[in-house]
Amino acid sequence: MKLYEVFLRAKSGLSHKHVGSVHATDAQMAMQNARDLYTRREEGESIWVVDSTQIISSNPNDKAAYFEPAVDKIYRHPSFYPFDKEVKNI
Amino acid sequence: MYSQGLRDSKAGDDSPELLDAFQQRIDKEEKIEPRDWMPQAYRKTLIRQISQHAHSEIVGQLPEANWVTRAPSLKRKLILLAKIQDEAGHGLYLYSAAETLGESRHQMYQDLLSGKAKYSSIFNYPTLNWADAGAVGWLVDGAAIMNQVALCRTSYGPYSRAMVRICKEESFHQRQGYDIMLKMAKGSPEQKAMAQDALNRTWWPSLMMFGPSDKDSTHSDQSMKWKIKRFSNDDLRQKFIDATVPQAEYLGLSIPDKNLKYNDKIGHYDFSEIKWDELFNVIKGNGPCNQQRMDARNKAYEDGAWVREAAAVYAEKQDNKKHNKEVA
Ligand SMILES: [Fe+2]
Ligand SMILES: [Fe+2]
Repeated sequence: MKLYEVFLRAKSGLSHKHVGSVHATDAQMAMQNARDLYTRREEGESIWVVDSTQIISSNPNDKAAYFEPAVDKIYRHPSFYPFDKEVKNI
Repeated sequence: MYSQGLRDSKAGDDSPELLDAFQQRIDKEEKIEPRDWMPQAYRKTLIRQISQHAHSEIVGQLPEANWVTRAPSLKRKLILLAKIQDEAGHGLYLYSAAETLGESRHQMYQDLLSGKAKYSSIFNYPTLNWADAGAVGWLVDGAAIMNQVALCRTSYGPYSRAMVRICKEESFHQRQGYDIMLKMAKGSPEQKAMAQDALNRTWWPSLMMFGPSDKDSTHSDQSMKWKIKRFSNDDLRQKFIDATVPQAEYLGLSIPDKNLKYNDKIGHYDFSEIKWDELFNVIKGNGPCNQQRMDARNKAYEDGAWVREAAAVYAEKQDNKKHNKEVA
């Protein structure tokens, strides 16, 4: 049995979201199991199943090195550019 | 893998600094996610609790399955089947959450089948008449909801998310049970007597579902500190009683406790001391149906062996075919 991660799109217009995992011997069974397990109440209209060994994830150890550089780049946000009230629609 | 590559702390490297930083995250209401650092004991407690919870959902299908073929109408049969299927689903959500902690589903399942792992004591009681299907939904699922709503805010992310999913489905379980009770209680005198009988037998075991009294609960303090648990056993039990007594009154049924009485001073119901010997005896394996439940699970696992083998061989064959095509 392999572990597959399951992603659902609740309705068109939204992106797929991780909901959990299933065990299956192959992709087709993973898809059927995901349908039975995660969409008994119309929770989705599209399913992705992904062999969990295929997911490459960032390491929590690298959290600071990866994500902290964004913290001091406040000039990326519109609030960094205040104007007088007279300037409108911007 | 999403759930593996664990940054596991080797035994003994739970340094005070790491423990401290961890506690600070918990205190800030941050959720802990699968690959984050966590104390060994936190991981172990969660694996034990989540897998026990999963086993309870799986074994919990059995008492109700007893009535599927004898449900009084097609409507009741469909409802019961849907409810039982939900319980299987709850088991699977929870195994999925426990796996993110590095425990294999196979191992957890083997521990259930060998009797090493525990499941909720309530499922070792029999369902003797149709009204039991009602009493189980109303009281057993009702008690489970009290517990599970509290667990939606547990500190471990995957557990909390599984609980949110489960809670969305539980309300249907409790309401269909109460609906059965209502029909029986307002039916013929015989039906009402069956409903009362079911309530008499299910009441105390349902109260025991919240676990031992706080003064005897071995795991509580640390679990509260780590926000795995967020309310004590006794608090949840009281909440359940307070919510349920008026529902029994509406049914016109009486709760089998002569000391049950609303206490104006504290705004809660007083009730008799629970027979703790009975709870511990059932947990030890001496309940009316322990052996039957274990036999049923083991038989189901053995009977399904050929399906698992066939699926594995089929998958291998498909892989080979694909591989040969690629080579050709
Ligand atoms: Fe459940
Ligand atoms: Fe349920």
